[in-house]
Amino acid sequence: MGTGSKFWIKLGAIGLFACLGATSAMASSTLQQSFLQPMGPVAEEQFSHLLRVVGITMIVILPVLVGVPLILWRYRYTKPRGDYTPEWEFSKKLEYALWGVPVLVVIVLASWLWYSTAKLDPYKTLGPEPLQVQAVGLDWKWLFIYPEEGVATVGELAVPVGRPVEITLTTDTVMQSFLIAPLAGQIYAMPGMTTKLNFSATRAGAAEGENTQFNGSGFGRQKFTVRALAPSDFAVWVAEGARGPTLDERSYATLRRQSVLADARTDLGLEKSAEPIMMTLGQEDAFQQIIAKYHGPGGASSDGRWGGTGLPQAGMAGADK
Amino acid sequence: MSQQTSPIFGNLDWSVTPYTDLLRDVNSSTIVGAGAASVLVLGALFGIVLLTWMRWWGPLYRNWLTSADAKKIGIMYIALALVMLARGIIEGFVMRAHQATALGTLAQQESGLVAPDHFAQLFSTHGTIMIFFVAMPLLIGLINFVLPQQLGARDMAFPVLNQVSLGLTAVGAALVMISLLIGKFGTGGWTMYPPYTGLDFSPGEGVDYWLWAILISGMGSTLTGMNFAVTIFKSRAPGMHFMRMPLFCWTSLCVAIMLIYAMPALTVSSAMLALDRYADFHFFTNDAGGNMMNYANIFWMFGHPEVYILILPAFGVFSEISSTYSGKRLYGYTSLVIASMSIAVISFTVWLHHFFTMGQSAGVNIAFGIATMIIGIPTGVKIYDWMATMWRGRIRVTAPIVYLTGFFLLFVIGGLSGIILANPSIDYQVHNSTFLVAHFHNVIIPGVLYGMLAGIHYWFPKAFGFRLSERWGRRTAFLFVGGFVFTFMPLYVLGLMGMPRRSPTFQNPDFMPWMYIAAFGGVLMLCALASLAWTFWTSYRNRDALAVPGGDPWNGSTLEWSTPAPVPEWTFPRIPHVTARDDWGECKRAGDPWRAPDEYRDIEMPANTAHGLLIAGASFGLGFAMVWHIWWLAVLSFLAIPAIVALRAMRVIEPRIVKAAEVELADRRFRQQVASFAPATRADEETERNRGVPDLSEFAG
Repeated sequence: MGTGSKFWIKLGAIGLFACLGATSAMASSTLQQSFLQPMGPVAEEQFSHLLRVVGITMIVILPVLVGVPLILWRYRYTKPRGDYTPEWEFSKKLEYALWGVPVLVVIVLASWLWYSTAKLDPYKTLGPEPLQVQAVGLDWKWLFIYPEEGVATVGELAVPVGRPVEITLTTDTVMQSFLIAPLAGQIYAMPGMTTKLNFSATRAGAAEGENTQFNGSGFGRQKFTVRALAPSDFAVWVAEGARGPTLDERSYATLRRQSVLADARTDLGLEKSAEPIMMTLGQEDAFQQIIAKYHGPGGASSDGRWGGTGLPQAGMAGADK
Repeated sequence: MSQQTSPIFGNLDWSVTPYTDLLRDVNSSTIVGAGAASVLVLGALFGIVLLTWMRWWGPLYRNWLTSADAKKIGIMYIALALVMLARGIIEGFVMRAHQATALGTLAQQESGLVAPDHFAQLFSTHGTIMIFFVAMPLLIGLINFVLPQQLGARDMAFPVLNQVSLGLTAVGAALVMISLLIGKFGTGGWTMYPPYTGLDFSPGEGVDYWLWAILISGMGSTLTGMNFAVTIFKSRAPGMHFMRMPLFCWTSLCVAIMLIYAMPALTVSSAMLALDRYADFHFFTNDAGGNMMNYANIFWMFGHPEVYILILPAFGVFSEISSTYSGKRLYGYTSLVIASMSIAVISFTVWLHHFFTMGQSAGVNIAFGIATMIIGIPTGVKIYDWMATMWRGRIRVTAPIVYLTGFFLLFVIGGLSGIILANPSIDYQVHNSTFLVAHFHNVIIPGVLYGMLAGIHYWFPKAFGFRLSERWGRRTAFLFVGGFVFTFMPLYVLGLMGMPRRSPTFQNPDFMPWMYIAAFGGVLMLCALASLAWTFWTSYRNRDALAVPGGDPWNGSTLEWSTPAPVPEWTFPRIPHVTARDDWGECKRAGDPWRAPDEYRDIEMPANTAHGLLIAGASFGLGFAMVWHIWWLAVLSFLAIPAIVALRAMRVIEPRIVKAAEVELADRRFRQQVASFAPATRADEETERNRGVPDLSEFAG
């Protein structure tokens, strides 16, 4: 092996550690998008569990990362240093170590896994009286309904700091996956079914939420803003929602079209931009109506109510694509 | 696509090619699409012209396409895989180039090299090709070539079935290839999750191309699994007890068993999706009682064992080369056997970790998370065993050892990210992100790809009679290692930063530096591909200097090194009587391993037949016709398959007899040649002095 190959090994190693090390030193953009900058207890625990797992696993990984170059160097054919034992093929003591250490490490890791998975069960509420939000995944935007506050939004989720939040999710198109990385992990949302996600924000700030399950051309723009607001600001935000257009069966059918947020605004007759849409909730059981579409007798039976169940028609603004 | 299905041409018409898109709108995306189709057309034309010009059609048909010899079938599998690998790597590069130009805003239309729909086709074909038409044919090809030779068998248990399996795999690959030119491919990723891939949301031919490629090639893989298993159970040479089999045979046995149990799950999930799409069933639809969760569940019952199907043969290769190139016995044979079999069994109990986020209870997630961690134990033991094999050895840093080193150092990082992902609580965060993309590339590239390329380098002289250039082999290996590091380490970072996989666009400018590094890695991968091609070409040109007719260039210890290189059709002049593990090594220790057999007898070999070709032709007709709704052709092709099988069943098939005299002549010439060569020491291994006859005094392992 010439000097050229050594150079490559070095370069590779440097690149590797630079990449892994730099994650902690990421520049932050306006919207936080990573659980490495947690905004609430769930993401915080996920981050510390990540560090814990990496640390424990190093016990079995470091011997390989250190040992392989050493063995290659010491026992290379061209200039060997150590003994040569070609017939050696078994050692009982070594065997106990080779099996024993990974077993012990996995026992420790498995215990932590059990603890953290039970603790971070997305169905478990984080305190009494969580704020109830209903989320509907559409192609390619998210609709949020606040049944108790009587407002709805497209592309923005606001939550008060300090109060637990429980989101009930469904979609009105294909399967999607709902993630607000700085606050909580993701969970799938599926039509006709609901899943739940519980979290809370401990500091004010803005984060980006997204769908992570590919669902067509607009997938890359299916993002939404998450605002963790002080309770007083949250009340102001809710009041603002009451001034927006009404979310009813008709406007919902327009929203359900295949369009990204910016095009959906045009369809609703609003100014074209990527700003979220604030709406008044016209019908309190909108969420239940949307789910019920998929449970009528005899298949696609919703008779086109609430936008129907099939492939959403193309959005007006997106039709020229 | 036309509105009405024509009774003759189905949904086919002149508007289905990417050239139509190019004429409609000239942009970078349509240019890339039309360019790819042109490469396919020109490549096919070049192949046809070359075959005609060189008058190779006859030899191709007689010596290869109709051959039932497992070794030739293995080589054809690998050739197919390398062609598909070229497309897969180029697609990977186009995706990296796209994402390096894909920074956008929420208000603006997506920009970048290719359109979102085109990007989605790229990641779908890339994944489908790399798993089903690169990794699978590579390992099935290598097993086909090596397994009978290591077992002391002349051929697979069912040579013609083997031919059919190859034909079915090639048909799947052909369907994916032809989708470049005729129509579009699906956009649902290599897993094609419904309901997105149901008829409502993905009308047209795209998903159908995937379905028929998978259904047809999957059938081939199931049959291959049965063939391997029966070969190992029934065709071992006398004295080749299970615990004397080389490790590669053990991992092949694991693969065989796993193929038999895992592939049907894929066939079932794909068939159910096909019924949804063709016959208005509602297995996975949104309404009418369909449930998409069943698809994910059934698919991954195949999908998880599949990743161990891919990795285990590579583990077999690493077991062989770590011992051979260290000049040392394999450490912990029994441990490695137990570990391999444990992996094969446990791999069937972890599939749910692919959808921790589907909404099931924490208890279910905990159970499958812990099962996932448990599978890490035997995997870790294997890595330590290979290190112990090399410890106190005399390691020659050949190309396979460079791959092995890359595997050691990178695979454990993939293992680390695997352990991370096994924790449901962390998986909630990084599932569906580029962290996951980085993880599975981190296990599949250093694991499967390096393992298979190392295996190809190791056994290449046995197939063609000359070694591959070590210098270019090492360069290729370094490029693949560097390419991997630069392409995929940034994806770990991006995943932790919150970037979803399969993103045609993104809005965070902080992603860009990492995108550029990854794109550079993509360039390195292209260089690695070119270097791989050059390795074959330059070695072919220097084949006289690299020739190793003695057949044992690496001073090996397993049976396949006892025969000439290239190995004759009948492999062994007489089936060996095995008396020990690493029998060839024992013969060397006993001295005079090249003793001629006492007598020669006629050898029965399977006769050439066009059976596999005919079945493949009919299957292609069926797949293509179903994709384009050409019902008459579909019915005809479907009926043709049992008809071809029945016709063959009604004929008396005579094996081909190789006369004892012919065998004796060839074998005596080989032994004279061996006696005439000066034995080469390991120091001379890479030089012209290596004629495939090693210095036995050096053999101690």
